[in-house]
Amino acid sequence: MASRRPPDRDVAPVVQRIRIRHARRGRLRFSSHRDFQRALERAIRRAGLPIAFSAGFSPHPKISYAGSAPTGVASEAEYVEIGLTSPRDPGQVQVALDAALPPGLDVLDAVEVRTSDFAQRLEASWWRIEFPEVDPVALAGARDAFWAAGSVEVERRTKSGLRRFDAREPVVWLDAHPEQVGGCAILEAVVRHVTLSVRPDDVLAALRQVADLEPPVPPRVTRLAQGPLDPATYAVGDPLAPDRRD
Amino acid sequence: MIYADALIGAGPLATLECMTDLRAGRPIGASHFDRLEPLLAHVAKPIQYVGGEVNAVTKEWDSAEVRWALMYPDAYEVGAPNQGIQILYEVLNEQQDILAERSYAVWPDLEEAMRAAAVPQFTVDGHRALGDFDLIGISFATELGYTNMLTALDLAGIPVHAKDRDLDTPLVVAGGHAAFNPEPIADFIDVAVLGDGEEAVLLISGIVRQWKGEGRPGGRHELLMRLARTGSLYVPALYEVTYLVDGRIQRVVPMHPEVPWRVAKHTLMDLDEWSYPKAPLVPLAETVHERMSVEIFRGCTRGCRFCQAGMITRPVRERSITGVAEIVQRGLEATGFEEVGLLSLSSADHSEIGDIAKNLADRYEDSQTSLSLPSTRVDAFNVDLANELSRGGRRSGLTFAPEGGSERMRKVINKQVTEEDLIRTVTTAYASGWRHVKLYFMCGLPTETDDDVLQIASLAKEVIKAGREISGRRDIKCTVSIGGFVPKPHTPFQWASQLDHETTDARLMKLKDAIRSDREYGKAIGLRYHDGKPGIVEGLLSRGDRRVGRVIETAWRAGARFDGWSEHFSFDGWMAAAEDAFSGEVVDVDWFTTRERERTEVLPWDHLDSGLDSAWLWEDWQDALDEVAVDDCRWTPCFDCGVCDQLGTEIQVGPTGVTTLPMPEVRAGG
Ligand code: SF4
Repeated sequence: MASRRPPDRDVAPVVQRIRIRHARRGRLRFSSHRDFQRALERAIRRAGLPIAFSAGFSPHPKISYAGSAPTGVASEAEYVEIGLTSPRDPGQVQVALDAALPPGLDVLDAVEVRTSDFAQRLEASWWRIEFPEVDPVALAGARDAFWAAGSVEVERRTKSGLRRFDAREPVVWLDAHPEQVGGCAILEAVVRHVTLSVRPDDVLAALRQVADLEPPVPPRVTRLAQGPLDPATYAVGDPLAPDRRD
Repeated sequence: MIYADALIGAGPLATLECMTDLRAGRPIGASHFDRLEPLLAHVAKPIQYVGGEVNAVTKEWDSAEVRWALMYPDAYEVGAPNQGIQILYEVLNEQQDILAERSYAVWPDLEEAMRAAAVPQFTVDGHRALGDFDLIGISFATELGYTNMLTALDLAGIPVHAKDRDLDTPLVVAGGHAAFNPEPIADFIDVAVLGDGEEAVLLISGIVRQWKGEGRPGGRHELLMRLARTGSLYVPALYEVTYLVDGRIQRVVPMHPEVPWRVAKHTLMDLDEWSYPKAPLVPLAETVHERMSVEIFRGCTRGCRFCQAGMITRPVRERSITGVAEIVQRGLEATGFEEVGLLSLSSADHSEIGDIAKNLADRYEDSQTSLSLPSTRVDAFNVDLANELSRGGRRSGLTFAPEGGSERMRKVINKQVTEEDLIRTVTTAYASGWRHVKLYFMCGLPTETDDDVLQIASLAKEVIKAGREISGRRDIKCTVSIGGFVPKPHTPFQWASQLDHETTDARLMKLKDAIRSDREYGKAIGLRYHDGKPGIVEGLLSRGDRRVGRVIETAWRAGARFDGWSEHFSFDGWMAAAEDAFSGEVVDVDWFTTRERERTEVLPWDHLDSGLDSAWLWEDWQDALDEVAVDDCRWTPCFDCGVCDQLGTEIQVGPTGVTTLPMPEVRAGG
């Protein structure tokens, strides 16, 4: 008996790529990257988008993801790219996908891909951290101590074991709001992406280390933007902008 | 058990009594999410607690008059795909004035955090407190969910004993297969529903609606009386059980003239009229079944004597081929799932399964949608079906269930498969490119000897031998999975002695040696089994009476949770609880498990009517001991089990005359 080979189906080629910015909000901030992957694949099918597949016994949809925010962190700026077998209007893709995803996983922008260096354009992230029941003065003090430190070594468990690294150096901008907003003290940070990215958790660990900041309730973190970093103003730009130009 | 120390140390119930304000001053029906949210940062897989799935429903609290919390007493990953809960969730929410939300068991890490922060057991839809609802419906697929029910009630601030509940406490309603003998949980539940839930939940809702509308006359007692008077809703508190000095039950008596002596099961007669689920939930969290399921029929008439599911879900009621196609199409559009499962107890037995499989396979061939048909029938037709459904896909494993190792054993259990059938079937499978055959057997069946089980080894060797011959390859495999047999209520084996766990384990060891020691075939055969201990606890809970309730409560207070999970299950904990709870009684664990019952003994579930005639069950038990098989009543004349007679119905099978699916073709991305 001959062994079975992958079926000789014609694999429809990718004729158009769409880059999408989406948010992860509210209670769905607890979804993991894998949870989002499954949700997106199903939403694409529900929306009837002509997604391209890889060849072989177990074909995979052509979707690629840019580094996603950690589980438990909300985001206004996650990016994903999908390959289609027939062209679609990006605006319509945005609307259709947004309708097919559950509320809280919201599609905010979609452009046709015209450039290739997207991953490199994600140079930095702008984070907002809300601290319920924390005094803004205490937070500002912690912020200043962290900012003044030359380096703050923190530890994190990674796939390759416990790693020690500097959480201070990639933080290029850090601001504590002078007043509480909605019962929370607020910290904003712009962090450059480096090989072992410094995450909001690491910044929190660093604040605990330099200033004994122990929030009574777990802080809520949101990624507000990720994209190119303006070296003069430390503003984080729109990574989809180059695709929008004709 | 990881959590046990923490809980015992803190004294789980001591903490509870301090949980004075679970509601934290909020109005009834308010969301508790903001209080839960900070706890989620510190627990495993928090996504399972947040809800927000595609097709989830959250209604305004005030829009409804009757409010249900539907609970599955296991983790979200197991409970979310459960068909029963999903169907009832839709059926109830479709009603204007009824609201239904879902709740699942929380893992011990969150339980501990919730106790510390006084956060109540919640629904994942509106994060409303369970104690705010009118009804809590709990679906028990197995008895091993009982301790999780107690945790949930306790976290909700609901007294675990029904007798301690007041007018404002929700009614606790148990359903699912285990509810066919709810006696072990009789002290903890208010109502049990036997059989299909669709009509039953509407019946209950109607009675609750009316009673509330009238201003709740007569209090909780009157409501329970109204439910009991239907004759199809069992209210344990309205029955008294008395015992003989030797421990057997003397009688079970209704305590009020209007309460019926026996309670009937619910049977949905026309599946096509109940076309659910229409919009299945799409969980964000990973679950045990990542697919859209359609139930192609209910019931099973094969009459395997060990099979409670087959016995209590009679008669067979098929969904039509068009009904199936409609659910599949609508469900895929609503969910975007990439797999469809054609579910039933024995899916290859649908009278039109060949056409259903072929049509669905044609229809979805190019849409990256796969079809699965969980079936373990041992015949060539089943292999043909599997081939049809795996067109173009990988042919990895195919499962068959001869259940009994020897010809004699298979006659005892009424599984009519010969060794020849099995070899012919697996040969066909290996010939069509399947590389891996899985065989399912049971150990501990009535009258079984070591030899019956050892024959599993010879069977598996024959399978490999035949497979190597037909495929000309040496890399084919066979996995043998063994489940421990637990005698269940409402089956011919309800009177049987359960095999003790020591003998079960010894028998399995002999089987293992017989397979491992074979140089020619041993390496091609995999063996999977569990030790016999969990089966004893399951057996105690399955055939127990009201006295077993104390064991459950004692085990739970000592930390028993998630008993279906081997990493959480503690046999010693359960035995210690039984020792404690049965002290001063004439009964013990062996009495409930390994003891054979006599014809005249009153069984704890005799007053609960599954439709099966008890004289017929006893005869079938005697036939089993005489190694006499009976036919499947789907295809050959009836053998009088009593179900059809009682329901005034007959087996409902095709043909409908419809062979093609009257629907357009589907392509990916259309
Ligand atoms: S075929 Fe036998 S084991 Fe399977 S559901 Fe029917 S009666 Fe039960």
